[in-house]
Amino acid sequence: MRETDFAGTRIRQRRTTLGLKQSELARAVGISASYLNLIEHNRRRIGGKTLLQIAEALEVEASLLSEGAEASLLASLKEAVEEIPVGVTRSAATPELDRIEEFAGRFPGWAQLIISLQEQKGQLQRSVNAMTERLSNDPLLSDALHEVISTVTSIRSTASILVETKELEPEWLMRFHRNMNEDGERLAQGAEALVHYLEQGPNSNASMISTGDEVEAFLAENQYHFPELERQADRLVASDVSIEKLIAESDAIASEASVDLAHETLERYLQDARALPLDQVSELIATHGIHPEVIMRAFDVPMAQVLRRIANLPEEATGATGLYAMRTSGEMLPRKPLRGLTLPRSFSGCAYWPLNSTLTDPTRPVLTSMRQNDFRFVAMSAAEQDVSAGFSTSGACTAYMLIIPELNNPEGLALPVETDRCSVCGLTDCVAPH
Amino acid sequence: MAKRVLLIEDEQNIIEAVSFILSRDGWDVKTHSNGHDAIDAVRARSPDIVILDVMLPGKSGFDILQEIRSDESFTELPVLMLSARGQAKDIEMAEMSGANQYMTKPFSNSEVLDAVRALTNS
Repeated sequence: MRETDFAGTRIRQRRTTLGLKQSELARAVGISASYLNLIEHNRRRIGGKTLLQIAEALEVEASLLSEGAEASLLASLKEAVEEIPVGVTRSAATPELDRIEEFAGRFPGWAQLIISLQEQKGQLQRSVNAMTERLSNDPLLSDALHEVISTVTSIRSTASILVETKELEPEWLMRFHRNMNEDGERLAQGAEALVHYLEQGPNSNASMISTGDEVEAFLAENQYHFPELERQADRLVASDVSIEKLIAESDAIASEASVDLAHETLERYLQDARALPLDQVSELIATHGIHPEVIMRAFDVPMAQVLRRIANLPEEATGATGLYAMRTSGEMLPRKPLRGLTLPRSFSGCAYWPLNSTLTDPTRPVLTSMRQNDFRFVAMSAAEQDVSAGFSTSGACTAYMLIIPELNNPEGLALPVETDRCSVCGLTDCVAPH
Repeated sequence: MAKRVLLIEDEQNIIEAVSFILSRDGWDVKTHSNGHDAIDAVRARSPDIVILDVMLPGKSGFDILQEIRSDESFTELPVLMLSARGQAKDIEMAEMSGANQYMTKPFSNSEVLDAVRALTNS
């Protein structure tokens, strides 16, 4: 009998654990009690929508019902091992995945610990990425992170030994278990210390992780694309339940200010997705390359909206893209960095940046070719009006700058200006006013 | 005779894990855990390779590396540097200081083992 054939037994166990009657569960998922009875006695195969509905009603992952706890544990462990980053150093780790079932079977508790630690490490890594820019200027924070990374290193190394060593002497086994336990504690303490530092550190007036950092981490963990919102846009559903759910489910969003900013960002995403449907825009890009004017004319929408939308399309459709936005006030909105390009948090240092040029003349989109050291890229910027100017009040707008590697530049897209005079581009002969 | 590796690292659990995998691979592993007198340990042990952490109590790994390279006996001694810092400027600094290889944490056991073998032609 296969794992899935026992799904009914697991459903019954979970239902009784929760103290639910068969009739109550059946009603909750919209099936008859007699049908549920057949399912629970493994006399009806279950899958698809019904399984998902039952899993939701029983507050468990569907896989836990269909495959059982061991399979779920094994899958999570494999995922944890596969998530161990490679590429930082010169060769890839190759854990012996063929023995992973034996490990999970013999040491389910330790397997769970590795999964938990890997998840913790993932969360910490995201925090690390968000703070990288400030690290070099803050020795205290640098020390705290060094502690965490050292602990993670020890955990990784020890976990690999536990998984990969065929015959481990009892004294070594005990020692490494003890070390894992110690490192787990240290990691927890290190994480707490970091949180404490970030919330109440010596520069508490300027929290080390800003609202923008949190939202950037949230966008990054979703790869700047939200299929759920695409579906919602497609159905023209007015409710913003999806947005709230997406934000609530993210570990990256902690503060109320971040919730508001994330909400604002996703509302804008949804509007863009409705105005510029995924399939149609992707098709235009497939035909013409990244050519914002073509999209702008096809859908009769402002250029700034097109630039934003391109940055939120899946990478398969556009290749690598980056997006930077700045309000008239100088506030930067959450960024989408382009791999290989390091740009500052503020563009106030150089008048030649397209983002600044666009804010100077919001009616005129800018297209320019730029370079940072040897990395050549194309920047396109356009502004969107936020507040109309009155006779006695000033207006306000936000400038958006889409960046793509020059290799992705479509044929025929004119590059009128060769601008490489920027304070962050690394050139020594820059003549721009600073 | 087993080749000698000197591991200069201050994290006890990393020392145990790295020592274990190297010992299993047939290396004679000695360890040292502070920066102050690391150069003395190098002179005393005469290792075939040094694995050197960057952030050590007392003296940084970069300073220790400079001391090693300024001793004529150790100009050719392979040094593998370990660090939590992986920025380009750190890697560049390690190369300028005379490191043979720079590895960022968290590393995998096989990466350390491969690097040690490669740097000693083992």
